[in-house]
Amino acid sequence: MKTQNLLAIAPELFLVLAGIAIILIDSIFKGVKREWLAILAGVGIVTSAVATVTLWNWDGGQTALQGMVATDRLAVVGRLIILGVALIGVLLGYDYFKGEERGEFYALLLFATTGMTLLVSSADLLMVFLGLEILSLALYVLCGFTLRLGSGEASLKYFLLGAFSSAVFLYGLAMTYGATGTTKISGIALVLTGQTKVSSLALVAIGLLGAGFAFKVSAVPFHMWTPDVYQGAPTAVTSFMSAATKVAAFIALIRVLDVAFQPLTWNWVPVVQILAVVTMIVGALLSIVQKDVKRLLAYSSVTNAGFILVGISAGPEGIMPVLFYLVSYAAMVIGAFAVVMVVSGRDRERSSIEGFAGLGRRAPLLGALMTVFLVSLTGIPLTAGFLAKILVFGSAVSVGQWPLVLLAVLASVIAAFAYLRVIVRMYMRDPEPDAEVPRLSPVAAVAIWIPAVVTLLFGIFPALIAPILEQASVLRW
Amino acid sequence: MRWLTLTVFLPLLGIPFLLIPELPDRAARLIALGVTIATFLVSVGMFVKFQKGVPGFQLVEDVPWFEGVGLRYTLGVDGVSLFMVMLTTLVMPVAILTSWSVTEKVKMYVMMALFIEAAILGTFLSLNLLMFFLFFELLLLPMALTIGIWGSKRRVYAAIKFFLFTLVGSAFLLVGILVLFAQSADVLGQGTFDFRRLQELPMTVEVGRWLFMAFFIGFAVKVPLFPLHTWLPDAHTEAPTKGSVVLAALLLKTGTYGLVRFNLGLFPEASDHFAVFVSILAAIGIVYGGIVAIMQTDLKRLVAYSSISHLGLIVIGTFAFTEQALTGSVLQMVNHGLSTGLLFIGVGMLYERTHTREISELGGIAKVTPWLAGVYLVAALSSLGLPGLNNFIGEFLVIVGTFISSHVFGVLAAVGVVLSAIYLLWSYQRAFQGDVPERWKGIKDINRREVLLVVPMIAVMFLIGLFPKPFLDRIEPTTNGIVREVEAAGSADLQTGEAP
Repeated sequence: MKTQNLLAIAPELFLVLAGIAIILIDSIFKGVKREWLAILAGVGIVTSAVATVTLWNWDGGQTALQGMVATDRLAVVGRLIILGVALIGVLLGYDYFKGEERGEFYALLLFATTGMTLLVSSADLLMVFLGLEILSLALYVLCGFTLRLGSGEASLKYFLLGAFSSAVFLYGLAMTYGATGTTKISGIALVLTGQTKVSSLALVAIGLLGAGFAFKVSAVPFHMWTPDVYQGAPTAVTSFMSAATKVAAFIALIRVLDVAFQPLTWNWVPVVQILAVVTMIVGALLSIVQKDVKRLLAYSSVTNAGFILVGISAGPEGIMPVLFYLVSYAAMVIGAFAVVMVVSGRDRERSSIEGFAGLGRRAPLLGALMTVFLVSLTGIPLTAGFLAKILVFGSAVSVGQWPLVLLAVLASVIAAFAYLRVIVRMYMRDPEPDAEVPRLSPVAAVAIWIPAVVTLLFGIFPALIAPILEQASVLRW
Repeated sequence: MRWLTLTVFLPLLGIPFLLIPELPDRAARLIALGVTIATFLVSVGMFVKFQKGVPGFQLVEDVPWFEGVGLRYTLGVDGVSLFMVMLTTLVMPVAILTSWSVTEKVKMYVMMALFIEAAILGTFLSLNLLMFFLFFELLLLPMALTIGIWGSKRRVYAAIKFFLFTLVGSAFLLVGILVLFAQSADVLGQGTFDFRRLQELPMTVEVGRWLFMAFFIGFAVKVPLFPLHTWLPDAHTEAPTKGSVVLAALLLKTGTYGLVRFNLGLFPEASDHFAVFVSILAAIGIVYGGIVAIMQTDLKRLVAYSSISHLGLIVIGTFAFTEQALTGSVLQMVNHGLSTGLLFIGVGMLYERTHTREISELGGIAKVTPWLAGVYLVAALSSLGLPGLNNFIGEFLVIVGTFISSHVFGVLAAVGVVLSAIYLLWSYQRAFQGDVPERWKGIKDINRREVLLVVPMIAVMFLIGLFPKPFLDRIEPTTNGIVREVEAAGSADLQTGEAP
């Protein structure tokens, strides 16, 4: 094996090494300070990020390891987003599991991250499947990481439905192989371009693979698990998985649709459009009746999946907008969940909307930060969420899909009502007399400030990141 | 010097100071007042730099912001936006002065006001459609919070209603803007949001009409035009005085301004095509708003409904497509801001003293507070179009101009003026004249701060009423240009056999 091949997967290697080291240290040296484990996880993530950055100017082939791992800039950017989310996830986990010896948390988080970074850099459907499995297995465990009943239920639900969706995906993979004789993403495209007739087997394959992805990104009607799992899982885990999984799965979906099945664009675009419409409308409608902020954010993640699908349906035009959307979405959703984590408190996991009553008065700073995230989710200007929506919707209009965009904008108005309800609770209602003032530890503060700054910075100066995303959105195969 | 940038962003300079912890409320109010007065002075500088008699945009600033989506930072001022800006910078310090009576969360209250001022100024001065939309949306949240936090009893309901209504409107507006961008990308090769380039964009009649409707819905909610007006009475009535003043005087104008600037400016053919439809809605608003205002028992609600009637007059003049009517409409936007703003201030001052807005409970207050009654009377007389005061000039031009283009709508516009005389004078009679009830005997007349607050408004009202020429001279070149464009597009239709 050439060393160049190792360089291509160096980011994953660092993550895995750090993960294994954490498990070993945690089990050999009993009672090691958990600060050290968190720092070790952070070091793993940062070295992985450094290794990723060096891949930006990769001059080897377009793939490494016999066409398994993509070395394009899309993979670089995708990995960096996920690593950023993971770093915040470590901070949140450190704060959440205060006073508990849960070293394996960091290891599992790193393994999940590995799966995600593999997913965004896979050039072969088998690698996509491997990535999905690695991240899912780690997340199943993480979801059930506390002893609360809800947590166990979340874990089991996620596992059962997740295993089912993996099977569906695998079946689609087999169909693809049957239709084209290859599982390489670029190879599939070549074979399909050569075919004069649309093979129905390939269409079935798209459908099955699409269903597998739809499950991971929580698109309707594969979204059923989302609210229960997001609510039941420890909030630190929810914030990590809601942001990172979506980024990873959508980038892999872009590769599958815009490269592998690019010759069948005319066939899959209408399907994605329908999926987008159903997803955003159902998500928005259900989000306004939620009484629990975690469930509300879960349905908001469904709605946002719909908006991102609008961008995906625009084909190559939509890649850069979707990337921008993913960056902003990751920032605002991890930030919002982090605030929920601090407000609801570790022991009780009380995250009802009523718990936010008067937060603007009890904890003005926390209230203001939450407002930033909610405002960005609503799509109000000067936040990244606004420009993300403009970009995604603009790309869909530019390919002539204005009715779809009109529906999307109206769905975002419906969703706005849900976010507004939280803002109303925070500023226009008095706190309950026994409501306590949430305590914001320095670690959690950092984990909330970073996404808030990102949300505002990219909302006001999008040109800071746009050229990078622009270069990443060029697919080479 | 970048006059426009300075005008738009000066209000925001106050915000870092307001974030100082432990800042006393009084200092917060003074900072906000100082910043808004400074903004007014800067806008006077802009006014001086503005060359009259020149059509088109002046003092243009154009810097790339986010080229990837055609978002450029483009500001410019012309005869229409000039007075909108002046109105904003004049009304804001006054609105801040009314906030002296607010005692809760003062810092946040004035901070919202500064945000709103910057956003409104940006809305009036943006020449890039996406940037315009950005400011237009930015207005929403601080305004909704102002209503929802500091309003009266049903404030949360009113705030949410206001927020959702305008958000639905802007949804259509956004789609319209994006489609226009895609059109420009098709025709010019590279998409643009630049208003000046989009004005010259050739488009088919059908596309123009669809886009007109999208923009129209967006602005009609803000104006508000019948039947999209239902948020207005609630929002105006529940908002604190400052909120009502800003809503009535400034926020509604972003809708009428949008109609003049974008609907007429970008889609002249469609404007001509839909003129009758829009005028009918406006006429319904004039008559309906007037009649409902007569029936009100709550003084603040009465003023709110009078806004619907007055705004209908502005829209009917906008869509008459005569030079007089459009010029009158633009002037009337300023006038309505001044007189309705003052009416709300009057009602607010009355409410602070009596804690009621029920007309039947007031009665005879003029005997105890003659000066306060005088302020309300001046505002009412101005609002109903007494010669010598500002509204007379604007309403007269609108009615004459509308009458030239259509007798029916001209008469309906005049009906609005008659109705306004009924509800305003009658409300004055019921609330201020007659015997004083025992419990109002002890209330105080207006104090020094309140004098400071009403004097500039009244002064400008007389200024426009007695010397309208400097105002008209600056508005006319722009409005004449807009009317010519629409007429040219309309007559082109006639030649090709399209129904007008």
